[in-house]
This record gives sequence, C-alpha cells and structure tokens, in this order.
Amino acid sequence: MSRKFTWFNATALTLGFAFLYIPMIVLVVYSFNESKLVTVWAGFSTKWYGELFRNQAFLDAAWVTLKVAVMSSTLATVLGTMAAYVLVRAGRFHGRTLFSGMIYAPLVMPEVITGLSLLLLFISLNIPRGVFTIVLAHTTFSMCYVSVVVSSRLASFDRSLEEAALDLGCTPFDAFRSVTLPVIAPAVISGWLLAFTLSLDDLVIASFTSGPSSTTLPIKIFSAVRLGVSPEINALSTIMIAIVTVGVITASLMSKRALVKRQRDEQRAFQQ
Amino acid sequence: MAQVAPRPVFEPWNEPAAKPLIQFQNVTKRFGEFTAIDNLSLDIYEREFFALLGPSGCGKTTMMRMLGGFETPTEGKILLGGQDIAPVPPNKRPVNMMFQSYALFPHLTVYDNIAFGLKRSDMPKSEIAGRVEEMLKLTRLGKFAGRKPHQISGGQRQRVALARALAKAPKLLLLDEPLGALDKKLRTETQFELMDIQERTGTTFVIVTHDQEEAMTVASRIAVMNDGLLVQVDTPGRIYETPNSTYVADFIGDVNIIEGTAQPAGEGAYTVAWAEGQPALSVQSATELGAGDRCFFAIRPEKVAISAEKPADRPNAVQGKILDIAYLGNISTYHVELPGGVIIKAQTANDRRISRRSFTWEDSVWLSWTATAGVLLAN
Repeated sequence: MSRKFTWFNATALTLGFAFLYIPMIVLVVYSFNESKLVTVWAGFSTKWYGELFRNQAFLDAAWVTLKVAVMSSTLATVLGTMAAYVLVRAGRFHGRTLFSGMIYAPLVMPEVITGLSLLLLFISLNIPRGVFTIVLAHTTFSMCYVSVVVSSRLASFDRSLEEAALDLGCTPFDAFRSVTLPVIAPAVISGWLLAFTLSLDDLVIASFTSGPSSTTLPIKIFSAVRLGVSPEINALSTIMIAIVTVGVITASLMSKRALVKRQRDEQRAFQQ
Repeated sequence: MAQVAPRPVFEPWNEPAAKPLIQFQNVTKRFGEFTAIDNLSLDIYEREFFALLGPSGCGKTTMMRMLGGFETPTEGKILLGGQDIAPVPPNKRPVNMMFQSYALFPHLTVYDNIAFGLKRSDMPKSEIAGRVEEMLKLTRLGKFAGRKPHQISGGQRQRVALARALAKAPKLLLLDEPLGALDKKLRTETQFELMDIQERTGTTFVIVTHDQEEAMTVASRIAVMNDGLLVQVDTPGRIYETPNSTYVADFIGDVNIIEGTAQPAGEGAYTVAWAEGQPALSVQSATELGAGDRCFFAIRPEKVAISAEKPADRPNAVQGKILDIAYLGNISTYHVELPGGVIIKAQTANDRRISRRSFTWEDSVWLSWTATAGVLLAN
C-alpha cells in the first residue's frame, strides 16, 4: 500500500469529509447566529442557548428522553445478555436456529412496522401510553443489538475459564457472575451504550408508542421543525453533538490507554 | 556398617490389597455417532503420577474431562474412592484441574486467582491467606502475587494455574497438557518441578499428554491410548523395553521393526526368518507364538551394535551399508541398509571426539545384537 501524498488521495479525503461534516458545521455555526432567521447571518451570539434553557417544553422532553434511554438500555442489556448467553452456550437445543433467527429479525424489520405492531399490542391490552410503553418498545428493538454485540464476545470467550470456575467450586450462576460477566463486561457496556444511543435518537417507534405526557426530544424537535427551524433547535443540536463528541473521544482515549498499558505490562513480563 | 534398608518400592498396582483411588469400569463415551472411549476399564492408585498418552483424538482428554465432571460416561461407571461420581457436579468433586490454556481469570490478580477456590470452600476466612501464601511459596510466585495474569510470563502463568488447582488440596489433580505452551528448555525444568511438587504434596496426579518424553519423565505409570482403547498400561521402563504391540513400540521412542515368520526353539526362544538368503534371527521372547506365525521383531536403535568386523560372540549379526548418519552431538544414528532393502537404525554414544569416528557413508558394516535385546510382537 502506498502511503505517499497524491492529489487523488487529498481530493478523495476532502470530498469524503466535506460530505460527512458540512451539514453539521453549518448547524453549529448558525446556532451562534444573532438573527432569528436561520439562513441570515447577523453576528455572533449565544442568546439561543439561553432561550433553550428557559424553554420548559424542551427541558421536559430532554428529561423524558434520558429517563427512557437509561431504563430501556438497562433492561435491554439484561435481556440481550441473557439471550446471547443462551444462544452461544446452551449447545444444540431443539429449535436453536429458529430462536437465533428470531432474535435478529427485529434488526432488519422496518421501524414503522415495529412501532405499529407495538401500538396495536398496547391498545389491545389497554395499556395507557406513556414513558412505560416507550421503555418497553425501545427495550424490544434494542435488545437484539445488545445480544449481537455480547454474543460475538461470548463466542471468542475461552470456555475453559467457566469450567475452571466450576472446577474450583462455583455453582453455574456464581461462575457466570464472578468470571464470565467481568470478562465480557466491555461488550456488555458497549451493548448498553449502543442501546442508550439507539433509544436517544429514535423517532419512529417513540412516536407510535408515546402518550401526551411523554414527548421525547426527537419527537419534540421534529414537531418544532415542522413549524419552521428556529435557532433554538440549532443550539440544542449543537449541545447534542458536543456531548456525543466528548463521549466518543473519551471512550477511544480510554481504550487506547488501556491497550498501551497492557502492551507495556506484557513486555515487562517477558523481559524478566 | 549398618545395613541400608531397601527403599520401599512404590508399586500399588502390584499389591492385590491396595485399593484404587479411581476405577473406570467398562466406561464407554459416545458423542453422537463417534465413540471416543470404548468399553474401557482402568485403575489408578493414590499418590500415583499417571499419564494418559496418545495422539490427538485418541480419547485421553475425554477421560480427563469425565474425571473432572465436564462429561458423563454414556455407559459404565467411574468410581472415586469407591463412590460413583457420575451424579456429582464438577463444583462438588474433590478433584481439581489444570487446564491446557491455564484458564487464569484475567480480571483477578495472581493472589486472587489462587484464593478463588478457597473462598468458595468451607475454609475459614482467617486461614485462606495462609494457604495462599503457602501455595505462592511452593510455586515460587511470592513476588508476583499482586500482578494480573497478562503481567507475567508464560512459565509463571503455568505455575499460577498449578498453584490455583492445588490450593484446595484435591484428592486428585488433573493436568491437561500442562506444559504444552512452554518452550523445550523450560518444559524440561518444569517436568522436574512437577514431580517434586507431586511428591511433596502427596496428591494423585493424572496428566494428559501427547509428548512421550514428557510421559516417560514424570509418570509412575503410562496408559498408551489409541482410538478410545487402552493399548498398554505399564511403568515407563516396561512400556519402553517390553511394548505389547508395534503401535506402542513405535509410539514410544525410536524402533526398528522387522517382519518375519516365527519358529519356536523351546524355552521361550524363537528363530525368525525374515529375508531370503539371510540367517534367521534368534530371539528370546515372552510372546507366545506358534510355528509359522507372522511376527514383528522390534529392537531399539541403541541396542544395535555397529562394527567393522563380524563379531564372533553375538548370536545375531547382519551386514549392510551405511546410508545416512545423523550426528546429534551426544549420539549418532546410523541408517544401515541390509541386502534385502530393509533399513536398520543403530545408535552409538559419541564417547570419542568426532575426528576419531570410525565409520562414514557407504562403509560396509556389521550390525549385531544379543538374543534378549529385542522383543517379538504378534501385532
């Protein structure tokens, strides 16, 4: 592979990144616009951020979103990890292929259909729609993502670690709790983060399953934008971009540091 | 001078009164269509260092996993101290296992790895620290107690795995290819260390290995396995000197095998016709053979002497031409082709410097051996 600088490489790189980031840059820049008109630049200002924090409807929506995301991703992680464990560990039980197919099916199911079917279910069971139903709906679709992440980690997990735990006197549950879980913890955590993110930005399923008192942030933004884009929305989006960026950078720095430390430790171990 | 008492010989398998610690009774294990263990019976005694030896796929690991409780026999019984252990789950067995991959818990320190089993036993908390210290001392790991498994070398990891498995003072310790991941030099050192630890703790060890040298070094008895069957169970010396089949003779060490026809000559002596125009071999053998039976004469290369002149005092002498010489430093192996095309390996210790070596390629030499140097095998 050539690592030399060529004009072709430079152009490809510029175009690619421009495609990805120009929309976001525009959004961030206009969030600091003095003017109420989104497309007309009238000088720098942070007043829309102030406006945003005084807008109770947005704050309420943000709080609902956060609550839903934390609850649904936690529930999805527990269920998804259990499902992954059964799929990878339980050997060849009757109907295993069907089960594993069924767990991944919601990944490819159109969200509209998932949302609609859940709505019909809640109506027929007469469950009032609100935070509780959104949590259930988000858990349903994000647990398959968790189970995909966790089962790929479990598949590469050295089975003899569990056997060693059993051999040393653990019950199967104790072996899972004190050996398997700590070892697969990184996958479980990234599964949780994935579920959390999915829940944060879901619009379609949430709009099917939310009630009047439980508007999530994406629903709020979407309905606000239909009445015209306000600089407040830009400010809100900028904050979200900032949070995500900080999160991603922190996570990659941490894993990079862990890797470097591990390599150093291993080197030291072999030098003795 | 006081008479030195003869050292008591450790051979419980020869004492009819001795009670075996482990008894395999007609054990069969099938995985679907595949029979891993085929109607196998075996006794292992307390304080033995017992080796299960065989090529991969011979069923040795399945035997060990059945002892550990990770597999259950399809048919037959396994008794530990007289008790059927089939219904006992792994965590309730007085058996610990050292895994081939070591299976150290990566998130725990060396100390916590060793303490893992003790914390789950009925040992009082106050005694656990003392026991772990004892294990760290036994395996010379004191300095590394606070390290995680990835912070220590392969040899140290191997010792942590051993210490962890020994910590609960099991009746029986299972070792699955324990030295497979170590380089040759470290492996040899560790073999002696293992023997030393086995003697000091008095634990019964069952080791699974495909390395015949390792089995010969450490074991009190070896079971040579093939295709789910025990081919021979005996001491390393007897396995080497009196193999019961060409499979065992060939699997353990280097061997020359000459096919021929036996002719009894009385009192365990036989003559073996093996090639046209060649004098028949005369052999003393414990194997019962009839006149005209097909047989295999097996002789180890180091028992074949090589000389320029025909030795007068040896009952078996054949002439041949040197094809190849493998010089290994301490010994040399000569590949000698006999007139019929059979190639015989002869080994000599290099007790002289190389400049004074007597034979070279293409030399015509005499190979000779005594009547008791080899064995006759029926199959």
